[in-house]
Amino acid sequence: MKTADTKLGETSVSGTKMIENVSQSFRGSPGRSVSLSRRGFLQGALASGVFVLSARFVSQPLWAAEGEAPPAPFEPGLWMSIASDGTVTIVAHRSEMGCGSRTALPLVVTDELDADWSKVKIEQAPGDPKYGDQDTDGSHSVRSSFDLMRQVGATGRVMLISAAATQWGVSPKECSTEPHFVVHRASGRKLGYGELAGAAAKLPVPKKEDVPLKARSEWSYIGKESNSLFDLPEIITGKAVFGMDATMPGMVFASVEHPPVLGQKIKSYDDKAALKVPGVQKTLTIDPFKPPHLFQPLGGVAVIADNTWAAFKGRKSLNIEWSESPHAVYNSGPFRKTLEATSRQPGKVARNVGDVDAEFARVAKASGGEFKIVEAEYYAPHLAHASMEPPVAVAEYRDGKVVAWAPTQNPQAVQDTIASVLGIKKEDVTCHVTLLGGGFGRKSKPDQVAEAAVLSKQLGKPVKVVWSREDDIHFDFFHSVAAMYMKAAVGPNGKPSAWLQRTVYPPIASTFDASATYADDEMGLGWNNLPFEIPNHRAENGPADYHVRIGWLRSVANIYHAFAIHSFADELAKSAKKDSVQYLLDLIGPARIVPLTYKDDEADEKDRYPLDTARLRRVVEVAAEKSGWGKRSAGLGKGRGMGIAAHRSFLTYVATVVEVEVDSRGQVHIPGVWTAVDAGTVVSPDNVRNQFEGAAVFGTSLALFGEITATNGVIDQSNFNNYQVARMNRAPRHVEVQIVASEAPPAGVGEPGVPPFAPALYNAVFAATGKRVRELPLSKTKLV
Amino acid sequence: MIRFKVNGKEKTFDGDPDMPLLWYLRDVAGLSGTKFGCGMALCGACTVHQDGTAIRSCSTPMKEVNGEITTIEGIAPMHPVQKAWMEIRVPQCGYCQTGQIMQAISLLKENKTPSDQDIDTAMSGNICRCGTYQRIRAAIHQAAKEMA
Repeated sequence: MKTADTKLGETSVSGTKMIENVSQSFRGSPGRSVSLSRRGFLQGALASGVFVLSARFVSQPLWAAEGEAPPAPFEPGLWMSIASDGTVTIVAHRSEMGCGSRTALPLVVTDELDADWSKVKIEQAPGDPKYGDQDTDGSHSVRSSFDLMRQVGATGRVMLISAAATQWGVSPKECSTEPHFVVHRASGRKLGYGELAGAAAKLPVPKKEDVPLKARSEWSYIGKESNSLFDLPEIITGKAVFGMDATMPGMVFASVEHPPVLGQKIKSYDDKAALKVPGVQKTLTIDPFKPPHLFQPLGGVAVIADNTWAAFKGRKSLNIEWSESPHAVYNSGPFRKTLEATSRQPGKVARNVGDVDAEFARVAKASGGEFKIVEAEYYAPHLAHASMEPPVAVAEYRDGKVVAWAPTQNPQAVQDTIASVLGIKKEDVTCHVTLLGGGFGRKSKPDQVAEAAVLSKQLGKPVKVVWSREDDIHFDFFHSVAAMYMKAAVGPNGKPSAWLQRTVYPPIASTFDASATYADDEMGLGWNNLPFEIPNHRAENGPADYHVRIGWLRSVANIYHAFAIHSFADELAKSAKKDSVQYLLDLIGPARIVPLTYKDDEADEKDRYPLDTARLRRVVEVAAEKSGWGKRSAGLGKGRGMGIAAHRSFLTYVATVVEVEVDSRGQVHIPGVWTAVDAGTVVSPDNVRNQFEGAAVFGTSLALFGEITATNGVIDQSNFNNYQVARMNRAPRHVEVQIVASEAPPAGVGEPGVPPFAPALYNAVFAATGKRVRELPLSKTKLV
Repeated sequence: MIRFKVNGKEKTFDGDPDMPLLWYLRDVAGLSGTKFGCGMALCGACTVHQDGTAIRSCSTPMKEVNGEITTIEGIAPMHPVQKAWMEIRVPQCGYCQTGQIMQAISLLKENKTPSDQDIDTAMSGNICRCGTYQRIRAAIHQAAKEMA
């Protein structure tokens, strides 16, 4: 389990230089993400000492900029500072790719500080281990940092109260706060946070036990409908700075021709024609990676130009001869057959309950009439992330150090990758984080940032690398292709007495270890935690080789695992002639904590987030009720139907009902989607609903259209014409998201909406047409 | 020499006449509110107005540019469409939203009371990978009411 606070308090590195670079490298009038006007106290915030919590709370000299008269801002170090004008600056250490964590975490600080949100500025942290884990993935930004951010805000509030009490000569106990002020009720006196900042900064940081947190009923921002994204005004006026918009003075533009097949190298190349293109300056080569490929550049030929267009155009005139690669054997049709064959063979056991083999044998003998064995196979292809902003970065290498600006989910991975590729120290790589134009997991992998750094080192000036959409789709870290085999023994009541499930796919581990064929670390993504009440159950995983780079995509293996499990559950329901919702509730069984095996680093999950079937049942019931299940589903008429699936991922419980209409041409329309979510404590409910509305659209894309294939190792798709995603006219017409109230610790919201969507839609298609489709995407199957 | 206006200002261009307007706006004119998404007029992230009509700047070569180009920077905030986008809280990542807004403004200029079907037809060239379509549709209806 990832936590943000494990590494806190280790080091404190001056941030003054970084801030100067921040200021210089954005042209024009920057948006709120980076603002010159805040430089004074930002210097303080990032250059100052460590403000850490619990036993490691350390008081530090907080303002050390030489020669400056102290405006003496109150600076609890790493996370927050208060300027004398009352402006509160809160550091966002997670990236913003549309999920809202850049807003949510500062809201939590603001709430416990009892500050006024309109006086809050957010400063995006560069990559630095002092912030702990900054990898914005796994839907865990709020989950991992919620308690820490509360503590940061509450500590600041206690210190401000102390400062006021000292000034008034009264006990802190007689003082309280109202937004942005400390007040002394008895005398009616009050002092603003800005006025108190200087004095508060000189106080020792109180111990955790002396810092009261607000009661839930006292929260003024956490859980409130009025919360909206901090960057909203800049986004809608075009002022928001994404990676695509980052510039550095004197930079040139680069576009890279990558080897079409993974592992190919340049044998020879001819750039004569490319160099004749107006605006093209020169070409350079980027060395191929050394296996495993990790996040290293793929290698290739870069065209350096005066502008992006000239670089793109010049590339078209390159003539490159590539070496052979063992991955040229990759053809998606035959590979599917290999995966499916493997899925029919015993695999590595990921979870075992009871004895499925004995039960299958018993039922097979008793077969006939009330007992039966049901088998089914499911298939899901590769997917590409296709964030609206293709990979892009700008970097400058100078004197053995690199400064990069990138739309990255993981700035520390940028530091690690560039350091490794260039043979420099991690601390000599500064990675500033822009807003991300979508990420979905792709932007955790910074190969394009490393390309910019490599090219800048060769050129001696800053380089902006811009990937085209074709580059993005051809050279993704693909969501894996998967085959699943399912088998159940069903008794007289229609409920399975044994359930075997096998999954086979090239694992993400292959990106880090070229010999990896099993997905051991991905079994927690919806495979070793089946929440059904079945006495005999075994989950297995078979081996598969990789031939393209494999990575994580929004909800990862949960996508195909949920597709197989919840399609199969519905097959069993229909086979038993039971209502799908009632059957699902029967499968889940009574309210209980499902006993699971946890790894050593999953203590948090085990203790604070046990798999609770009461919560899963509840979301099923809520989604069914909101959708009008039973009443409406029965009377939908020909060509229409409803389906349900419920899946817990990233510790959040989600049930989705999808209604479909299959027209006379076999085209699927989605008039309605009803999703119920229990994500524990929620910071910004409207944003959470937006995430799940969006997940229904993302789910529509992968369920109806999404498919990446390879021919002789080369990816067949290239742009939105042949890698289609849902547009408004094919997206669900109406998506209703119901957040189930919960006081449980916060869980994920960015990803968990995706997994149940495809199976719910396919189950609806079965209800509408009687056709059971067992492969993604639906566009491959003729429905009429 | 190509002569045209961008957001009311006279401009000339004598570079590569095949350069798409998008890259002129972003790399030459420094107007980065217009986004690159696909380069083939498939996604709408690059939408701007030419004489008030929505066009895809990624597929409009400079040699075809004339008249008045308006980008998101040339829309005076708060336009009722932007206001509706704020109130409905449409964006997630926000990258496609300037293109969506430019397309929506163009739609509402031609059709003051668009139906759901009209909105689908006008907006289906603009992809939002975060999936904010439902909110976009609601915001367009709200802006239409405000502008009525």
